[in-house]
Amino acid sequence: MTSKLKQSEFEILRDENKCISCEVCVRTCSNDVHEFDSDDSAVLSESLSCVGCHRCETLCPTGAIKVKKRDPEFKENFNWSADHIKNIYRQSESGGVLLTGMGSDKPHTVYWDHLLLNAAQVTNPSIDPLREPMEIKTFIGGKPDSIKIEKSNGSYKLKTKIPPHLELETPILFSAMSYGSISYNACKSLAAAASEFKTYYNTGEGGLHQKLYEYASNTIVQVASGRFGVDKEYLSKAAAVEIKIGQGAKPGIGGHLPGEKVTCDISSTRMIPEGTDAISPAPHHDIYSIEDLAQLIYALKEATDYAKPVGVKVSAVHNIAPIASGIVRAGADFIAIDGFRGGTGAAPQVIRDNVGIPIELALASVDTRLREEGIRHKSSLIVGGSIRSSSDVVKAIALGADAVYIATAALVAMGCHLCQKCYTGKCNWGIATQDPYLTKRLNPEIGTRRLKSLLYAWSLEIKEMLGGAGINAVESLRGNREHLRGVNLSNRELAILGIKHAGEAW
Amino acid sequence: MKRIYINEEYCIGCRLCEIYCQVKHSKSNKILKAFKKELPDIISRVLVEEIGCNSFAIQCRHCSDAPCVEACISGAMTKNPNTGVVICDEKKCVGCWSCIMVCPYGVIKRDLSANKAASKCDLCFGEEIPVCVKNCPNEALKFN
Repeated sequence: MTSKLKQSEFEILRDENKCISCEVCVRTCSNDVHEFDSDDSAVLSESLSCVGCHRCETLCPTGAIKVKKRDPEFKENFNWSADHIKNIYRQSESGGVLLTGMGSDKPHTVYWDHLLLNAAQVTNPSIDPLREPMEIKTFIGGKPDSIKIEKSNGSYKLKTKIPPHLELETPILFSAMSYGSISYNACKSLAAAASEFKTYYNTGEGGLHQKLYEYASNTIVQVASGRFGVDKEYLSKAAAVEIKIGQGAKPGIGGHLPGEKVTCDISSTRMIPEGTDAISPAPHHDIYSIEDLAQLIYALKEATDYAKPVGVKVSAVHNIAPIASGIVRAGADFIAIDGFRGGTGAAPQVIRDNVGIPIELALASVDTRLREEGIRHKSSLIVGGSIRSSSDVVKAIALGADAVYIATAALVAMGCHLCQKCYTGKCNWGIATQDPYLTKRLNPEIGTRRLKSLLYAWSLEIKEMLGGAGINAVESLRGNREHLRGVNLSNRELAILGIKHAGEAW
Repeated sequence: MKRIYINEEYCIGCRLCEIYCQVKHSKSNKILKAFKKELPDIISRVLVEEIGCNSFAIQCRHCSDAPCVEACISGAMTKNPNTGVVICDEKKCVGCWSCIMVCPYGVIKRDLSANKAASKCDLCFGEEIPVCVKNCPNEALKFN
């Protein structure tokens, strides 16, 4: 009975007039949806196992295939949505936690879409970024309380010792994605693009593949609860170190890379035996307080000769503002906050869709709190968790971020179609898989080129938006909430975001 | 001379190169018409070799000392001294298949349709970039 309860999520519509039985779809589907039937000399499709990744549709040379969402065959019920019913069917069969991938797709409020940017008119001139210099270079790291300058022999010299910094050509970094959760080719594309565009990528918690050592000067290495791949050399092959406490998609939850994915390469990168499960505990077992965190921060600073920024990544949760304050006081050079729409390679669906708070509110409250406490300059703020466009970047900076982390956007640039089946290891786009038949589908040369194009395009758009607002440096926008107005937001939401409603002037 | 280089690490075995090669060498030059009306008379001149998860697309290497030109008994197979491209004049070809016997890459095929001639890559004469290279979704073929 139970197997009959499973329904196809998608319909494969094949236009027989256009299908030339070339079998490209058959060869490209890792879920064995398409099959060539030699009796009928036709390609047949079994939609039950289709995940809606649209790979076949994209590669079909004649446009004969259309993958369409199939309307569930349930009586319409506002309370009992098809998702609820299907999930109960799945769980009553498996008895397990439902897994999913990528960020939450539930219709929670996306505050970016309720924020509008300003533009200069009459009383201040707008600036054309194509004709006039526009500065979007960003520095990540703590800033000193004050600086002392000394004049000697007619030249000026900076007396104050500036803490270590990362220098970014654009206020965008690639967020943490581990080798294991994504393929080597995907890691390489991110590393090469970051290096060529002069920004940074993050290794995630899976260690650093030796072949990627050449991108060390654009690498942020992560130290997470599993401590995978962490040794002196790992820390030396990085420009910065990030302690991962939490991830937006699964705050409070650890990770589990099944043994079958721990191939030879991954086992040596993660420094664990081949074929064993890679388990990241939910907490760091040596961090139970801000004081413990400070110990790890300074242990890492000591290990890297105080030459590299050490940051802390946390997910946006209810008490994020005091937590961030504690992190700054613990000595972090930057804080990365991951909002609850942030992506994941695998997470329990119930956690992903229900735990955490939106990044916009977390960012505004953290920035406000740190300013109130007079410690905002001590750490840079990087935010992530579904930054979907250059306007999201600009809005995040206006709300108080120094830079943003992008990951889902980067994967989409490399071909990801957000089918949310990363946890199956069967990614047809060669991204979230370790199957050699699938990983080669992502040519890192193409991946790098596309990521660079994305960064270039977003940077241009950021400059356009800055110019339109009459400012010529991203520094002038940072935390400048007068450049934002809210629409369709309650007074409480506006107060937390620290912005006026659209229509309210100075 | 520009050549097609194989980047086998990124060949995904989709065989789109073969499909577009067939279209290019069809009468209609249109994918639907070629596959619906002209099969099986159109032969792909590029071949995807595949073992397990390893694959690559190979077509005539246009060898500098082309053995097929040496072996050809009718003078159909010639190497253009200026461009270096090896071409089979299908009208002159008598179908003795000597070229197939000597080709070290196995990239010459028998065309048993009306012509009965050796069928091989002509680097898409008239095209700026050969269609197999142009349509490879993963840039596993390069022309330079």
